[in-house]
Amino acid sequence: MGTSGPSKFTIQQKGVKARKKSPEYRLLGSVLIYTVLVVLALLWTLPTLGLLITSIRPPDDVNGSGWWTVLFNPEKVRLTLDNYRIVLGLGLDQVQVNLDRNEGDIQLLKSVMNTIIMTIPSTVIPIFLAAIAAYAFAWMRLPASQFLFTVVVALLVVPFQIALIPVLKDYNVLGLNGTFLGVWLANTGFGLSLATYLLYNYISTLPRDIFESAFIDGASHFTVFNKIVFPLSLPALASFAIFQFLWVWNGVLVPLVFMGEKQEYMVLPQRILQMLGTYQTQWNLLTAGAFISMLIPLVVFLGFQRYFVRGMMAGSVKG
Amino acid sequence: MHQTPKKRKATKQAFPQSKGEPANLKNLLLYGVLMVLALEFFRRIFVFLKAGDAPEWAIFLTSILWGVLGIWVLFYLANMITESLQERWRGLVVPWIFAGPALLILAYYLLIPTFRTLYLSFFDGSGTFIGLENYLYAFTSGPMLESFKNNLIWLVVGSGLSVVAGLVIATLADRTHPWFEVTIKSLIFLPMAISMIGSAVIWRFVYHFQPGETQIGLLNALLTSVGEVPQPWLILQPWNTLFLVVILIWMQAGYAMVIFSAAIKGVPSELLEAARIDGANEIQSFFQVTIPYIRGTIIAVTTTIIIFTLKIFDIVLGMTGGNFGTQVIANEQYRQMFEAGDFGKGSAIAIVLLLTVLPVVYYNVREFRSSHQKAGF
Repeated sequence: MGTSGPSKFTIQQKGVKARKKSPEYRLLGSVLIYTVLVVLALLWTLPTLGLLITSIRPPDDVNGSGWWTVLFNPEKVRLTLDNYRIVLGLGLDQVQVNLDRNEGDIQLLKSVMNTIIMTIPSTVIPIFLAAIAAYAFAWMRLPASQFLFTVVVALLVVPFQIALIPVLKDYNVLGLNGTFLGVWLANTGFGLSLATYLLYNYISTLPRDIFESAFIDGASHFTVFNKIVFPLSLPALASFAIFQFLWVWNGVLVPLVFMGEKQEYMVLPQRILQMLGTYQTQWNLLTAGAFISMLIPLVVFLGFQRYFVRGMMAGSVKG
Repeated sequence: MHQTPKKRKATKQAFPQSKGEPANLKNLLLYGVLMVLALEFFRRIFVFLKAGDAPEWAIFLTSILWGVLGIWVLFYLANMITESLQERWRGLVVPWIFAGPALLILAYYLLIPTFRTLYLSFFDGSGTFIGLENYLYAFTSGPMLESFKNNLIWLVVGSGLSVVAGLVIATLADRTHPWFEVTIKSLIFLPMAISMIGSAVIWRFVYHFQPGETQIGLLNALLTSVGEVPQPWLILQPWNTLFLVVILIWMQAGYAMVIFSAAIKGVPSELLEAARIDGANEIQSFFQVTIPYIRGTIIAVTTTIIIFTLKIFDIVLGMTGGNFGTQVIANEQYRQMFEAGDFGKGSAIAIVLLLTVLPVVYYNVREFRSSHQKAGF
């Protein structure tokens, strides 16, 4: 892998003249860099690879030998999707043979649905509210807007743990506890300051001329928002959407506090947490469950990686 | 607060939004009634959803439509109502229609709770005023002292190594072939998408210990293969906290790496060239050119990771449940709230958590104020 080709490329790319070092020395440096990176990438990947392989092995094999034996003795490998059938509660009659009753009750399919119901409105509502607020802060005559926006920025770093007890108390009174609406609003509240801040950073840099000509033509703020700001902000909206989607999908504290322990409303992270307690050493089931909970975020993440990175840049690299 | 410059004000006056027309009472009435109907409709759907006796798919679709479309309909109606107002009123009301919902929700979910939690922290679990007693617990009890110590380890080792690992990987990857660079960076970035509970499953398997011959946990298998005795990693005090911190680094280094990578690519090549002509070697130019140039980025990334680390909760809950000397502040708060049912102690601990991030809040606000000016139409 390590030839002098790549390092030559880097040098040309940067427009730096080749230094007065022997080619052997540069080759050595190159080999070292590639080796270190390959080792690090392996370290980062192996734990997840172990999860994936374990999730498609029969329980006897999982407990009898390490998952890596699959890689070294491919001829003796037995693979199965039974673990997924069990945790999803699908086609259980095919795997009923050595299944005790509790295992048949896991039913992650229901939790997948619950997680989708929790996540989509929890993503869309804050984006919409944040986009119109960001527009107001950036381009409207809002009294005390500088002060109000400073508060929004300060709230960016306030840990949401601070709000759990008072909000929970109100939810108990209002009957919002254990409802999706309650969780949507909580996720909206906790994600809104970041959303407003990121979208403000974007919307405030839109060229002033566009707004001026729109207003001269008699457009209202609503028209300007719908026809100009919203379409122009789509990349920024997408980047925040991925942020919030991953954060809500993967979060366990908000559903744990506001959804309670009702089995039929449990979302995936809650269910996996419960399985960690109940099926402590049944790695075939634990790993299959964990992989199901990772699947949709991974697809979203890989599909929209570019936007995601851009969104993070807007938040962390201040011009 | 910044004063809006006079010149800006003049510009604003130059663009009147529309000609002064009277209020459209007919429309106002119509959309007002529609708004009331819409609110009643949403209430009914809410009751339907709460009852939960419809088929699953119906609840599923209604929830999502209700949650996503509902907010759009309300905004549209609010829009139509303000459109029917007299222009003078519209100018006053419209900015609040835009910014109001977000501000109200933020106030209700973060700002006001801060004060309510502070208030609650002076009461015990049954609602009797006990002054600072909860804070005595929050600062002197065994579990809390353990949490402070552990949070410090998470902060120094976890945040520190995440940033360093991210910087090192970004720097090294920058010198490889683009195709290789993209592959390596994607692999290291991937854990960002995995939940902490999912990561807990992954890493509990890595650290898995079983008495007997065969070890199916990666780490113990490595130990036994070199003839060592397998270890029960997660109950091995005081080192077990470090084994949990590894998971944070595994998840956060990719985040730091991606941002540093973009910043490093922004370092002007003339600067590096000049350093090399002056005789600096790779390491010298890294510390004397690259690092100072991306200093702002390093501070921003470190800040984000520090905040994230201080709030750490799910990893500990999923790995050890806070047992075996691995407790952290956020998990101790959760334990007090839901296992001990003591909202007073839980509140005091939440305030302590807020105090730990307060310097970061201050820094953030100062930074923001010095970099933003505003003007509006």
